[in-house]
Parts: sequence; structure tokens; C-alpha cells
Amino acid sequence: MMGQQVKVATTETSPDKGLRRRWRIGEKFIEGWIFLTGLLAIVILLGIIALLLKEGLPVFLYTPPWDFFLGTRWYPVSEPPTFGIMPFFVSTIWVTLVATAISVPVGVACAAYLAEVAPDKVRETIKPIIELLAGIPSVVMGFIGLMLLSPLVQSAFNLNTGLCGLSAGIMLALMSLPIIVSVSEDALRAVPEGFRQASYALGATRWETIIHVSIPAALSGITAAVMLGVGRAIGETMTVLMVAGGALAVPLSPTEPMMPMTAAIASGIGNAVRGGLQYQALFAIGLILFILTLAVNVIADRVLERQKRKFAR
Amino acid sequence: MFSNPVKKWFILPVAVLVVAAIALAGCPATDGGGNGTSGSFNIIGSNTVEPLSAVWAEEFMKVHPEVSIAVSGPGSGVGIAALIDGTTDICQASRKIKSSEVEQAEANGVEPYEIQVATDALSVVVNPSNPVSELTIAQLSAIFTNQITNWSEVGGNDAPIVALSRDTNSGTHVFFKEHVVQMAGLPTADTSLEYGTKVLFLPSTKEGVDEVAKNPNAIFYPGLGYLTNEVKPLAIKRTADTPGVLPSVETALDGSYPISRPLLFYTNGEPTGAIKAFIDYCLSPEGQAKVTEVGYVPLQ
Repeated sequence: MMGQQVKVATTETSPDKGLRRRWRIGEKFIEGWIFLTGLLAIVILLGIIALLLKEGLPVFLYTPPWDFFLGTRWYPVSEPPTFGIMPFFVSTIWVTLVATAISVPVGVACAAYLAEVAPDKVRETIKPIIELLAGIPSVVMGFIGLMLLSPLVQSAFNLNTGLCGLSAGIMLALMSLPIIVSVSEDALRAVPEGFRQASYALGATRWETIIHVSIPAALSGITAAVMLGVGRAIGETMTVLMVAGGALAVPLSPTEPMMPMTAAIASGIGNAVRGGLQYQALFAIGLILFILTLAVNVIADRVLERQKRKFAR
Repeated sequence: MFSNPVKKWFILPVAVLVVAAIALAGCPATDGGGNGTSGSFNIIGSNTVEPLSAVWAEEFMKVHPEVSIAVSGPGSGVGIAALIDGTTDICQASRKIKSSEVEQAEANGVEPYEIQVATDALSVVVNPSNPVSELTIAQLSAIFTNQITNWSEVGGNDAPIVALSRDTNSGTHVFFKEHVVQMAGLPTADTSLEYGTKVLFLPSTKEGVDEVAKNPNAIFYPGLGYLTNEVKPLAIKRTADTPGVLPSVETALDGSYPISRPLLFYTNGEPTGAIKAFIDYCLSPEGQAKVTEVGYVPLQ
């Protein structure tokens, strides 16, 4: 309706109607372009799912799904090959748990300091430095873990080898820290100043204000930050390939050498002939990894939703 | 005033198209002719053969500047997969191609052509602080299947054994499994044996050597070319009654060292043009002299 009115107005009164019409065509073109890019993201996502299903599912004709998930033996180049991914799945869980246990308390505390306590000058210096940490390539982090961290972990915990899930988890914590700090800090700074003022007016100390007012108010943002960090830890490949040790046993503790799912795919895909059994098995692992990260995102969504409802009340 | 932004928006996609067209047009031009000693080809495969191929490629390109060779060493399995898929010109391998792989290649219209370019002795190394100095093949097999887990069981300190292996991409992984873990050629041979689940799988040979240099309890099996002063090679006994033999060019050549293997090139059919010229160079006395320099065993 609005559009028509404008059109009528221009045809009757405006001398530069040609220019206006061209302007409108340009706008339509841009709208279409933006719509297409939005559509493209969906198409690519569906394409990836289709590819994972097409390449990965046929392995279940050879190994039944329960043997594939619960099997503990992975010998892809033996005759006959056996595919059991339990060791990889448990390794991924261990490494992610270690990374989360370290990065979340440190990251949220750091964000609270930066947002609530630190003077402006300190914050403006420290935050870019932490964000710079995110730019370090994962292969460099792997190298640092290999050369510096693994001997330390080995002597500190008196282990047979420092190449283990714990070392990999610590490196992953360092890698997801910048995301957690940066996003949580933004969330904390978005809490209205009135909340804090009200808290102080009631006689609360700064510590009480942070714990009982600022962090609960920013919890949805902090949850999103944590989930982004967990997602990074699950999907990271190069660092765990280099540092986690790569043993095929089901790890009973994080101090054992292990091979997470991403490392298993990376170290096996090179010699897998396209369409072969090992190739299909690796794609099936990719499918499971995809489902895992999807689950993390869905859980994050649910938490955010509940948080919103709580605040709406 | 309004016409300006319209023009800008029009220019952007056109510019993108023009750039794309130029980029596409440029592509076929780089694909030079493969005749004579000019052109470019690539060598993909074994991490063990890579240092040798890299030296050969460098020397060959000095003499023939119009040839360009790209060498990469992710593992023999990767090289053979690339040969089957037709994405490499030469596959370098530290194990023989399997009959199942030949079938896959032939189904893809690729005919693997095998050329032995050198020999390698697979050394077994430990940390210099480890008192153990020799092991039998059977003991190595027991170590890598996790039946022996403490150094005191083979005459060393009371310390756990950390067994390191290459990952499944590696020809060394497969060769060591067949000839040491499964003890091929010995009376005790057992093809049902596999690496134990406590064995660490590492993505590169260099990483394993580095770990042995740092870790007093580690054991690893790099090719002869990867030996450094920071690790100690073990003398290998075929059986408990035979004398232990240290890995070296001499012991590999006279056949007394038990774990040696051919280093191979595979091409699609008999090589021609620049690839043939390159392989001829590798097999020439000049090329074979480089084999000793890099630390492997020449053919003669």
C-alpha cells in the first residue's frame, strides 16, 4: 500500500521520476541479493548433511550401528577391517570436559574483572590482547603443546608420556578462552547500569553485586559464550592430533593418551580410497561429530530460551 | 544525486565477473606440455621417502630449470590413494602396493608401475638413558602388542614402556606391523596380531623421534634417515640365538640387519617424458650417491 502511494505521488508531482524508479530497482536487486545469500547458507548446510549421509551411512551395511558405536577396536587397514569408534567418542568427551573445566571459570572470572572491576584503560589494553590469542593458528598451539606443555604435564602428574588428553584439553582451554572472555564481557557490559546502582543502593558490596546481580543478568550471554567455547573444543583438530597422543584404547582417565574423533578423521582420511569402507567409516564419524555439535547448539538454545522467560516474568 | 549509488551497485557485480573470467582464462595456460624435459609433475606419498625425493627433485630442477616438481609426504597410504584417484604423477611408497589396491586402481583405469629406487633399514630407537641395547623381533612384537609393558621384562629399568607408532597413513606403520608385530618370515609368525591399544599413533616420524629424545621410557621405529644423536638405535636379533645387528647402510646392504625394506616409486604405466628423465636420474650413480647422503641404502 505504502509503495503504491509513493508511486502515485512521484508520477504526478516529481520531475525526477526516472531516477526514483531506478533507485527502487536497485533496492529490489539488493533485497534479492541478500535473500539469496541467506538462502545460500541453508543450501550449503543441507548439502553438507546430504553428503555426510550419502558417504557415511553405507558403512552400516558392513558394521551394524551398535557395533560401530559401542565397538572398541578400530583397525581400518587390517584384513578384515574392524570399525569401532567408542575410543574416539570417549576421548572427545574427556578432552572437551578438561577444556571446559579450565576455560569456563577462568574465562568468566576474567570477563567479570574486565567488565566490572578493571579501569577503562586496563580493559582497553587487555581485551585486544586476549582477542589476539584467538588468532593464533591451531598448528602453532599444537606445536607449543608438544614442545612446552607435554613435558610439564608429564613431570607434574608423573605420567609415562605427556602426550595425553590432559595436555590437549589444556591447549584447547587456551584456544576457547578468548571466545568465552570476549562474548561474556560484552554480555556483562550490556547489563543496564541501573541494576548495579540499585544493588549498591541496597548496600551490596561490589563482589555481591557481581555474583548476585551482574552475572545472573548476563547469564544468557555467558551461556552462549560457554557453548561457543565448547563447540570450538569439540571441533578443534590439529592441536588434538598433535598433542593428545593418539592411542586406540578407551581412555579411563584424561591423563591417558587418546585419539578424539576429529584426530581420527584427520589421521585416517589421507589413505582412505574414495568410496572405500574406511572412507565411509570416517564420514560416519563426521556425521556423529555433526550431530554432537548440533546437540550442543540446541541445548544452548533451550537454556537461552528458559533464561529469557525467567527475566520476562 | 540518486544516479551515483545505482551505478556503483551495477559496477560491483560486473567487476566480480570480469575478475572471475580473467582468473578462469589464466588456468589452462599454466598446464604446460608434458613432452621432453619440461613441464611439472608431483610426487605424493611416504613420509620416509620424502627427504630423499626432495633432494632428488631439488638437484634435478637445478639441471632442468624448466621442470617443476612438487614433493609432499603425508604417508604411503595417501600416495597410493592419490595414484588410484589419479591425483598424483608419482607415488612414493615405503611398502608394496596391496593386491586389493591394484584392483581398485585398475577399476579406475590406472596401471601401477613399480620402480625400486632405494632400500631403507627401519631402526628401532630408545632414549639414550635407557640401558636396553638389543631386542629380538619377538620381544618387539610383544612390546607393540602390549603383552610386555615394563622395561624390566626385557632387561631394563623398572619403568613402563611407552610404545610409539606412526598412524595408519604410513607405509612404515604397515611394514612394521607385517614384519615385526606379526613376525612375517619367522616360525612364530601370526597374522592375527595387531598393534596394542596402548600404542600411541603419531602423525609424523619427526614427532616420534622428538618424543623419544625427551621421554626415557619411549620406543619408536623411524627409518634410518631420521636417526639423530639424541636417540639410541637398538641392535635387533632375528631370534634369541642370533647375534644382535645394529642398523647401518652396510648391515642393510649385506642383508644381516633383519628389518629392511624397499623404497618404491609407482607411476601410472611406464613413465615417459619429464617423469622418465627424473626417474632415470634417481637411478643413476649420481642419484644413488644422494641416497647415502640422506641416510638410506643405495641399490648397489
